[in-house]
Amino acid sequence: MLLFLLRRIGLMLITALCLTFVVFALTNLPAKLETLAKTQAGSRMTDAEVARWIDRNGYGSPMLQRYGEWLGVIPGWVRHDDDGTVHGRCVDRHQDPSLAGSRCGILQGDWGYSTRFQDNVSTVISARVGATGLLMMWVLIVMVPMALIVGVLAGMREGSRTDRALSTFAIASTATPEYVSGVLFIALLASSTVGLSPLLASWGWIDGRVLFQGNARSAMEDITLSNFTLPVLTIALYGMGYVARITRASMTEVMTQQYIRTARLKGVSFSKIVLKHALRNALIAPFTVIMLQIPWLLNGVVISEVLFSYPGFGWTLYEAAVNNDIELLLASSVVAVVVVLVTQLISDIGYVYLNPRIRIS
Amino acid sequence: MDPLSWFEIFARAAQQFLPVWIALVVTFALSIRFKRRLGLYGKLFDSTIGMIGFGIVMFWLFTALFAGMIVTHDPLAQVSGLRNASPGSALRSPGDLYPYYLFGGDSLARDVFSRMVMGAREVLRIAPFAAMISFMIGISLGLPAGYFGGKLDTGLTFLANLVLAFPVILLFFLLVAPEIQQTLIPKVMAGLLFLAPILFVTVLLNSRFFTQPAKRNLYVGVVLVVGAWAYAGLVFNADPAGIWSMSPNLLNVFVAVVFVNAPTVFRIVRGITLDIKTRDYVAAAQTRGEGPWYIMLWEILPNARGPLIVDFCLRIGYTTILLGTLGFFGLGVSPESPDWGSTINAGRRLLTVYPHPALVPAISLMSLVLGLNLLADGLREESLRD
Repeated sequence: MLLFLLRRIGLMLITALCLTFVVFALTNLPAKLETLAKTQAGSRMTDAEVARWIDRNGYGSPMLQRYGEWLGVIPGWVRHDDDGTVHGRCVDRHQDPSLAGSRCGILQGDWGYSTRFQDNVSTVISARVGATGLLMMWVLIVMVPMALIVGVLAGMREGSRTDRALSTFAIASTATPEYVSGVLFIALLASSTVGLSPLLASWGWIDGRVLFQGNARSAMEDITLSNFTLPVLTIALYGMGYVARITRASMTEVMTQQYIRTARLKGVSFSKIVLKHALRNALIAPFTVIMLQIPWLLNGVVISEVLFSYPGFGWTLYEAAVNNDIELLLASSVVAVVVVLVTQLISDIGYVYLNPRIRIS
Repeated sequence: MDPLSWFEIFARAAQQFLPVWIALVVTFALSIRFKRRLGLYGKLFDSTIGMIGFGIVMFWLFTALFAGMIVTHDPLAQVSGLRNASPGSALRSPGDLYPYYLFGGDSLARDVFSRMVMGAREVLRIAPFAAMISFMIGISLGLPAGYFGGKLDTGLTFLANLVLAFPVILLFFLLVAPEIQQTLIPKVMAGLLFLAPILFVTVLLNSRFFTQPAKRNLYVGVVLVVGAWAYAGLVFNADPAGIWSMSPNLLNVFVAVVFVNAPTVFRIVRGITLDIKTRDYVAAAQTRGEGPWYIMLWEILPNARGPLIVDFCLRIGYTTILLGTLGFFGLGVSPESPDWGSTINAGRRLLTVYPHPALVPAISLMSLVLGLNLLADGLREESLRD
């Protein structure tokens, strides 16, 4: 087990290293650096000025060297100006000339400076990840029980009318990407001119003009039912269908097992069979799927945070990518990749614990 | 003129779709008439879910085919006075134009109905093709990985997991950008990715017919000529006849979508191969002295077709979703393109006031993906039955 863990963690590190290098290479293409120079120092720069800006700000050295600087295995760049001031990767950040020539990368805990938000990347990322964590928590609270209930109800009597209806619902929910369901929800529930809200308002059932708000920015200070429901539902709906279908498949398989038939022949009631005998065995497969679903939800998080302008991790990733904020984008990709790999690891380990028939060799 | 009522709107829209209805009726009548002779395709018409899914998919396919006959207006033309017009609005001075905007106008006073119809063509031009290329790549790498195992398998699996560990959206932001199009990256990737189908078909035919050199030379020769022609057109945009061509934008989108899809297909094919290679007929072929590529492509692959066909349908749906995502973030498409994703994106700014420009493409996209998923479900049910 320990060896397995060590191997997996080693593999994780190699994967993370490869992926960050790819992100680094793609964000540091000459054309991208030119865009960055123009957004940072004025859009009407001549080519010579752009080249000078790139050189002066440490983007001129070879890519591998800069990747090493970012990692913190190579000392940061240093530039001595004619007037005696010293500039450099580590110097500018801490306003301390004595740091010239030292290493400051992620190994030293220095994630860099965000050009988009004018703040340290670590501050930006930690605040945003916290906001998204809250969102994800509510998504999971809504999604997991709903998916399991739908899956178990559908799978407990295969081929019945309930099964047909719920399976079709599950398929429909996997066919509705977040940008479609989000748009539908806003038009239906969050518009003061169309959908349900004007109707409910004219009946006097709701106080405000709309049932739910289509903008979740106010949820940063205070999460309410009105401003958080739609983003959560949008993400949860797309992920739910898949988990429900896996649960249904697993449940139908369990229901055909010999021990279920034995229990029925003994005269145990149907509800008791489902709750006591079938449920535990049927929930092994969904567990792994739920864990693997978390990285998939990341897509939905980006779309729904942009759609509802909720400033979380997904929104930050979007802003960083649009503005070619290299260090923020790198940090975001590290977070995203770590989430993917850690959930994979947890799902593997969880599978072993839940299913004693499988042993890791 | 007065605006149309809701009933009139839908009646007129249905009338515009007349060629589609005729084609659908013909397809269904012929298929149901001959369903016993049509194999898995015929069996699809035994399941209600499968038939509904097939109907929806064919509806959009025929819409894309007959789009030129269905549209009421030029999808790019703007008509004054119809900015954000509500569905059924009449044109002020129609002239010889169609007198109504059936599903209203968007924020640039273009016809939402015609844009939706043309959007179907945009989506269905890329999605099935991208899914097919992803499948050929996944199959050509997954079969040897599963069959030979060893170092090849470890290496390819690591690469596939590497791509899969990338959040799709991040990859899109990095790969589909105007700056990237200036570099060689999309060209090189397209060069590698489009090589796979040519190699796949060549090896497929060669392994089957290498005992009959005359036949083999003819088939492989034809494939190589057509392949090289398409390759030159698609990758280098240098087709002398001008039939195969792809704008840099489209090539970039295409490459990104294939790149995201191929590793998943690889994993599926590899898994199925690992299972099938232990079967007796594979052992029999090995004893007969067949070559490894013959066994992989003519013994294992045909027996893996069930799950692969089902996944192919799902993958077209997923590709449609991915294309929509790209459009939603405004990546890789021209701003006036009528594809559904970018139309949703354009419509979402005024969503709470004028929902129709975003709702129409959103519902279209959802229905197409739903149709593909139902079709896959029907196929799965019917292929499991025997």
